Amino acid sequence: MTEQTSRLVLPSHIEAVTDAAAAATDFVQSCGVAEEAAFGIDMAVREAITNAMVHGNKEDEAKTVEVTLNCLENAFEIEVKDQGEGFDPTSVPDPTDPANIMKTSGRGIFLMRSFMDEVQWSMRPEGGTTVRMVKKF
Amino acid sequence: MAELNIRERQAGDITVLDMDGRITIGEGSVALRSAIRRLLEEGKKNILLNLAGVGYIDSSGIGELVSSYTAINKEGGQLKLLSLTQKLRDLLTITKLLTVFDAYDTESDALSNFS
Repeated sequence: MTEQTSRLVLPSHIEAVTDAAAAATDFVQSCGVAEEAAFGIDMAVREAITNAMVHGNKEDEAKTVEVTLNCLENAFEIEVKDQGEGFDPTSVPDPTDPANIMKTSGRGIFLMRSFMDEVQWSMRPEGGTTVRMVKKF
Repeated sequence: MAELNIRERQAGDITVLDMDGRITIGEGSVALRSAIRRLLEEGKKNILLNLAGVGYIDSSGIGELVSSYTAINKEGGQLKLLSLTQKLRDLLTITKLLTVFDAYDTESDALSNFS
């Protein structure tokens, strides 16, 4: 695995999600990540960026989302930072609970946790939320 | 090229949508929503989604499938899924939505299970 880093700064509009996800996919492939893991990473990156834009920055185009991708020797690390007012991941109900299964939203965090080995949220002192995800190899 | 291409054909009173591309937030999800809405407005309530050409779907796309299912059921129709790729099948399994959707590997099986 080649150790390298990529950083993207995105405007908060939905159209940017696809381009950012494509760029992340290219970077993941350049790191030599196996296809199955690459699919999960791509999914987690896409969901984290979408959450940051929609729920964090409320699609305010004056706010940006910063994505840092780190290809390490035995892991792939992703950080996604928004400029929103904060987020409590425990407030999102389990989408696989029978009471929630027919809801049309609320599966992004579940998918991030499903495909990555570590998912952590933190509030930055200067404002905004950072989600850090790790996929181990 | 559009993110999601949808071709429509009829098999008796069942409308088959052959889908090719990605069902993701933005264009792909909107295309699916628009297609289902239009079919319901035309009174076409029995719909088979052929997902053989859909290699990727995100949480927004999954939500759109659920929304389609609910809207069609509300109108007294049925939505069934055909030819899930392995990745899509895995996603619907971990989200437990395969317990909700009727999914088939062959079109003849799917068509014969509409009531």
